[in-house]
Amino acid sequence: MAVDRRRVPGEVRAALFFLAPGLLVIGLFFLLPIAASVLLSLTDFDIYALGDVRNVRVVGLRNFSRLLADPLFWTSLRNTFYFVLVGGPLTLSVALAAALLLHSKLVRWKGLFRTIFFAPYITTLVAVAIVFRYLYHPRFGGLNRVLELFGIPAIDWLGNPKWAMPAIILLAVWKNFGYAMILFIAGLQAIPESLYEAARLDGAGRLQLFRRITVPMLAPTFLFLGVLTTIGYFQFFAEPYVMTGGGGPLNATLSTGLLMYKQGFRWWNMGYAAAIAVVLGLVILAFSALQFRIERRRNA
Amino acid sequence: MARRRRELALLLSLVPAVAGCAGGHDGRATVRFWGMGREGEVVRDLVPDFERKNPGVHLVVQQIPWTSAHEKLLTAVVGRSTPDIAQLGNTWIPEFAGIGALDPLDGSVAKSAAVSAERYFPGVWATSRYDGAVYGIPWYVDTRVLYYRRDLLARAGYPAGPRTWSEWRDAMWKVKQIQPPSAHPFLLPTNEWEQLAILGLQKGSPLLAENGTRGAFSGPEFRAAAEFYVGIFHQDLAPIVSYSQLGNAYQEFARGNIAMWMTGPWNLGEFRRRLSPTEQNLWMTAPLPAPDATPWPGVSFSGGSSLAIFRGSQRKPEAWKVIEFLSDPAVQARFYALSGDLPAVRAAWDDPALARDEKARAFRVQVERVVAMPRVPEWEQIAQHTAERLEAAIRGRESLSAALAAIDRDVDRILEKRRWMLARRTGGHGR
Repeated sequence: MAVDRRRVPGEVRAALFFLAPGLLVIGLFFLLPIAASVLLSLTDFDIYALGDVRNVRVVGLRNFSRLLADPLFWTSLRNTFYFVLVGGPLTLSVALAAALLLHSKLVRWKGLFRTIFFAPYITTLVAVAIVFRYLYHPRFGGLNRVLELFGIPAIDWLGNPKWAMPAIILLAVWKNFGYAMILFIAGLQAIPESLYEAARLDGAGRLQLFRRITVPMLAPTFLFLGVLTTIGYFQFFAEPYVMTGGGGPLNATLSTGLLMYKQGFRWWNMGYAAAIAVVLGLVILAFSALQFRIERRRNA
Repeated sequence: MARRRRELALLLSLVPAVAGCAGGHDGRATVRFWGMGREGEVVRDLVPDFERKNPGVHLVVQQIPWTSAHEKLLTAVVGRSTPDIAQLGNTWIPEFAGIGALDPLDGSVAKSAAVSAERYFPGVWATSRYDGAVYGIPWYVDTRVLYYRRDLLARAGYPAGPRTWSEWRDAMWKVKQIQPPSAHPFLLPTNEWEQLAILGLQKGSPLLAENGTRGAFSGPEFRAAAEFYVGIFHQDLAPIVSYSQLGNAYQEFARGNIAMWMTGPWNLGEFRRRLSPTEQNLWMTAPLPAPDATPWPGVSFSGGSSLAIFRGSQRKPEAWKVIEFLSDPAVQARFYALSGDLPAVRAAWDDPALARDEKARAFRVQVERVVAMPRVPEWEQIAQHTAERLEAAIRGRESLSAALAAIDRDVDRILEKRRWMLARRTGGHGR
């Protein structure tokens, strides 16, 4: 490329031309709202400002200092981390297990199972959440009926602060593992069979094949899914919104996204809600960066 | 591609429908009405009657779930897509009037033969006023009374329910003696702020001080109420549960695991539906007890919904006709029959179905003694925060004094904007 310098501007121009629609859309619907949120988080935009814009004051970083002193924010952050750190790995493990099963040569009707496992992912979350609410009903729900067969006493899944989050994680795992499973299957199919053959000739056992070949070869898939799942799970919102009436019991399922929604659209404290959004965005950014760094170190 | 084309066709087919709505229905003026939850559903049954009486008006009702009604209305205000008329929770009126979304109705009321202040319960009428003007016409009333187990309270010596706070506490103690050990005489869900606020109002607390700019929660009146409230839990007279944790409150009530419950008019219908016919004589309602040395019944709060007309409406005279129609005593009585919502118009209570209902009688007595909650837009946020803070005191994580002081501190912070705005308004041009 460096050989012929005169052609570079032309290439750049062409590239820009082709990228322009995409850049425009990203700028308009992505960068602009982000910038607006950041600006909003520096004001006290609220219900009064709706009536009259002159009621907006610039408050600098006061929203952020208030946020850090708000116990509800810390509760929501703790809940969110609980959801991400338990739900994320669980989703990926279930997905990997399902992918390995479906990749195995012994399994029949692969297409059927793939469809069944993938179906939850494409159903509407709200509809699923409502059905799960029935399943979780302490007295009439299907889950407790099954547990009863094993002599386990009824659990008030969504009413007990201790159980509400596990119940929601269960739903999220069931709903989301299908997507990760499909990508794992694709990853597994990309691993050359010759690697396994060579290892087997060297006398590697099943577990060794999995640990020394499958897992390292899937590393890029792991990274991609890890980042994607983390980002998605950090923003979890609809599950508690539909299932626990907005974060109950005792705020045990109040996620940061839900707190932001409540502050913004329930109490109409838009400035404060924007500050929550900014902090949540930074947390997600930090987490994604951390995952990339871990991956890079492993490769190095 | 084929699918894309089909979508487009579908979209285009909607255009005439939308245009039809905006342009009026066969020459009649179209009035758009937003009703919430059950009311929005039931009011549809009244539309044919209205249109017969008002041939020039076409009334389109849109039903909005209560849980998202507030957001939808605010979004509509911001997006300038408000309906002509809507049902508004009474606590929302200051907020929507405050942001200039509502049309003042004083002129219409003065001219109207069908709507006037004297026809309404005074405490109810007061809830739809803001800054000295009328912004809504009360549609139905919501308040709290005491539901109780007739047999258990009779055995405790209070067949008609307690009348003072001392009697109330005494009744709880006595009922506890005859209940099974795990049961509680009183149900007071910790996530509901209304009961706590009512006790405060009964003790004479203004809840908010200085024209709604400061919390009055550490004042002696609210403090006395909070001591009574928290004491009920500490003496194990009420279970420390939120409503959703309770499971089935009606069943617990039928089993005698709960003997008293401070709740609202919708439960008249629920009790009738959920308890078996043989259990129907087990329950009764009574107006609220009053603090000692104050007149009975104790005050309750004035909730419910009003009908309001939006400032952006192009059909204000027609929308007013809807209000006049729904305020007619006969229509109010019919609305009660359909929805179970208690009429805001006095005369509707003479309707035989309501007048003969002995379990609704407590409400009839109570609505004469209701007061509005503080009329500031931040109230609901404050009230919920108060209940959350007091839950910490109930659970012993914080002393009551510390909780009350913290509430006032938090409330002062929430109301900081309001103080600034009022100061700016009275102080002239200063920023």
